[in-house]
Amino acid sequence: MKRMRIPIALVVALMVAGGPYFVPAAPAATVGPVTDPVGVVKIAKGASLTIAYWMVVAGPDASLGIDTRRGAEIAIADKGGKLLGHPIKLIGEDSGCNAEGGVTAATKLAANKAIVAAIGSNCSSEAVPGAPILWKAGIVTVSPSNTAPKLTAPDRGPTYDGYLRTAHNDKVQGRVAAEFAYKVLKLKKAATVHDGSPYAEGLQGVFTETFKKLGGTITAQEAISPTDTDMRPMLTKIAVGKPDMIYYPIFISAGGHITRQAKEVSGLANVKLMGADGMFSPDFMKAAGDAAVGMYHSSPDLSPEALGPAYKVFQEKHQKKYGEKPLAPFHAHAYDAAMMIFAAIEKVAKKDAAGNTYIGRKALRDALYATKNFKGLTGTLTCDKYGDCADPKIAVYQTLSADTAKWDPGKNPKKIYP
Amino acid sequence: MQSSLMRRLSVVDLYLWAFRIVVLVVVVWGMIGTIMARRYPGEVWIDFVVYGLSQGSIYALIALGYTMVYGILRMINFAHGEVFMSGAYTAYFVAAAFGRSGYLDRNPVVSLLVVLAVAMITSTAIAVLLERVAYRPLRGSPRLVPLIAAIGASFFLQYAFRGFFGSGFQAYPETQVLKGTWAIAGISILRTQAVVLVAAVLMMLGLYAFVMRTKTGTAMRAVSEDREAAALMGIDVDRAIVIAFAVGASMAGAAGFLYALVFKQVHFFMGFIPGIKAFTAAVLGGIGNIPGAMLGGLFLGIFESAGPILFLDGLGIVAPYQLKDVIAFTMLVMVLIFRPSGIMGERLVVKKA
Repeated sequence: MKRMRIPIALVVALMVAGGPYFVPAAPAATVGPVTDPVGVVKIAKGASLTIAYWMVVAGPDASLGIDTRRGAEIAIADKGGKLLGHPIKLIGEDSGCNAEGGVTAATKLAANKAIVAAIGSNCSSEAVPGAPILWKAGIVTVSPSNTAPKLTAPDRGPTYDGYLRTAHNDKVQGRVAAEFAYKVLKLKKAATVHDGSPYAEGLQGVFTETFKKLGGTITAQEAISPTDTDMRPMLTKIAVGKPDMIYYPIFISAGGHITRQAKEVSGLANVKLMGADGMFSPDFMKAAGDAAVGMYHSSPDLSPEALGPAYKVFQEKHQKKYGEKPLAPFHAHAYDAAMMIFAAIEKVAKKDAAGNTYIGRKALRDALYATKNFKGLTGTLTCDKYGDCADPKIAVYQTLSADTAKWDPGKNPKKIYP
Repeated sequence: MQSSLMRRLSVVDLYLWAFRIVVLVVVVWGMIGTIMARRYPGEVWIDFVVYGLSQGSIYALIALGYTMVYGILRMINFAHGEVFMSGAYTAYFVAAAFGRSGYLDRNPVVSLLVVLAVAMITSTAIAVLLERVAYRPLRGSPRLVPLIAAIGASFFLQYAFRGFFGSGFQAYPETQVLKGTWAIAGISILRTQAVVLVAAVLMMLGLYAFVMRTKTGTAMRAVSEDREAAALMGIDVDRAIVIAFAVGASMAGAAGFLYALVFKQVHFFMGFIPGIKAFTAAVLGGIGNIPGAMLGGLFLGIFESAGPILFLDGLGIVAPYQLKDVIAFTMLVMVLIFRPSGIMGERLVVKKA
C-alpha cells in the first residue's frame, strides 16, 4: 500500500500543476456562412458583441489596469458603442499583476464562449501563462502594456499564436534607458534590481547589455521579491559596489520602498535613481513620497510632438469622462488595441439574411496579424509575424514634484529626453 | 558491529544525519566564502545587524500575540496578522489627518503617541471581538475547529478592509523629525529605526513585567498551566483568556504603528507576510514562551537581513536577496526538524496531546 502513494501523489501534483491548461480546445466548426478551423462566434441580431479585458484593476498596481481600461472604453465610445449594428459589451477580470492572477483571469475568460477577442494583459507575468490559455479557447488577445521581449520572441512557440501587443518591446525601452544613463547623465557605473517578473528581469537584462556595450560597468544585478518591504539590506549590498545609478524597472509597491529607502543607506545618498513604465503613475508618487523627486523614468513618449493632434483630442475626452489626467502610460496603447480589434472584426465578420453576425476565430486572428499601416494614437502600427505591432517611442521623464495633484506627464514628471 | 549499528539507525535517521551534514557544509562553505572574499567592510555588517534588529523587533512584537494565545489556549490564532493590519490601517486615517493639518510636524511626539494609541486600541478591540464571536463558542470543540475559524476570520478581516477602504495602498505621511540619522556610540542609525527599537524594547519589557509581576499575569500563567485547576482556585478563566488576546493584540497594534513608521505603505493584505514571519519567529523561539518569541523575532530579523550575504553570496549565488524568504523558512524547517520545541523550548508544564 505504501508504495502506491507516490504515484498517486504524483498524479495529483500533475493535475494541480496542469489544471488550468485543461481548457477544452476550440473545435473547428462551420456555423452559418463561416467555416473556421478554430471556431466561430455567432452573434444573434440585436445581441451584444462581447470584448473582454484582463487587466490589473485592483491592488497596488490598479492604476495600470484602470488606465488601459479607460483607453478601451473611450475607443468603444468613439465607435458610438456599436460595431456592425451590435452594441459592444466590455466585460473583464482582474489579473493581479502576477502569474497566478493571469491564469485565473484567462481561465475564467476562456470559459465564456461569447467573447470575440480580449484586450490584455497588463503585466508580462500574467501574459506568459495566460495568453496560451486564451488561445487554446480560440480567443485572440491584444496587450496594451506587456513589454517583456520574450512574449514576441521568435522562439515563443505556437501556443502564443493568438497573442499580439500594441505596447513597445522592452528591447527598445531598455536601450533608451541605458543610452540616457550613459550618454546624457554621463554615468559609468550602474546597478540594477528586478523582482523576478518577466518584465523586470527582461528589461534590466536589455539595460545591462546596452550599458556594457556602451562602455559602462554594471556593479550589481540584484533581485527582490515583489512583496518585500525591507530593501535596506539589499541596498547596502549594492552600495558596496559604489554605483552612480540604480535602475529598478519594477512595480509600484516595491519600487516605492526602494525609492524611499535608497537615500537612507550610507553610500547611496548621491546615487541617481531610475525606474520604468511600470511605476509611471501618480500612485507611485504616493508610494515613494518626496523621495521620488529627481528620479528618472523611462516610459512611452506621450508628448504632442511625438503623437500629434489626435492624442490631444483623446486627452480632452479623457479629462471630460473621468475628470483627471491619465493614471499610467498605456491608455493610448489600449485605445489602439481596441480599435485594431474592431477593424479586424469588421474585416472578417459575415452576416446572414436574418441579420445574425458570424466571426471566424482563426480568421480574426489572421486579420489582426495582417494589420498594416494602421493609424493609431501611438503611431502607425504594423504587426510582425510574432505579434509586435507597436510604433515604439520612448522618452525619459524626471519627477519634479511628488504631489499627486500635480501629476501631468510631460510637465511633471517632465520629459527630458530625447 | 557495523551491521548492528546499521540496524539501529533507521532510514529516517540516516536521512536526517545526511541532511544535517549537508546543511552544515553549505552554511560553513558559504560563510567562509563570504568572509574570505572581504568584499564587505565591518560597517556594512553593523548596518545589517541594525536593519535586522529593527525588522526583527517588529516580528517579535507580533510573535508575542501568537505565543500568548498559544500558551493559554493551545491554539494558533491565524487571524493575528490581520489584527496587526487593522491597527496599522485604522491609525493611518488619524496620521493622515494630522499630516494634512500640519499638526504632525508641530507636535510630533503628541501626534505619534495618539496614532500609536489608536493602532493599539483598534487592534485590541478587534481581537477581543474576534475572541468573543469566533473563538469562544468553539472552545470545547476539537483543536482543528478554532484553527479553521481563525483562517476564516483572517479572510473576513482582509476583505472587510478591502471592501471599506479599497484594494490600493495608503501612504503614511512623512514625519520631519524622524528623517535622517542619529549617531549612537559611533554607529549612525536611522532615526525611525532607533525609535522602533526603543519602543519595541519598552513594550516587551512592559509585557514581561505584566505577565510575571501582576496578579492578572499570574492568573494568566496559571490558566496556561492547567485550566481546570486554575478555575478551581477561583481564577476567572474567560477573563484571563480575553486578557491574553487583548495584550497580544495591543502588541500587534503597536507593531503595526512601528511598521508604518518604517515602511509607510499600508494595504489590506499587508498583514499576511509579517503574520507568517512572526509565526515563524514564535515557533523559532519556542511557541508558548514569551522571551522565546522576542528572541525568535530578533533572530529572524537578523537572519533575513544578513543571511543572504552571509550564506549565499559566498556560494556564488547571484542576487541573493531574492532568496530572503527561503532563508527564513528554511530556518523554520531546520528548527522543526532538529529542535521541534524551538530555541528556548516550549513552556509546557504538563505535556498535552
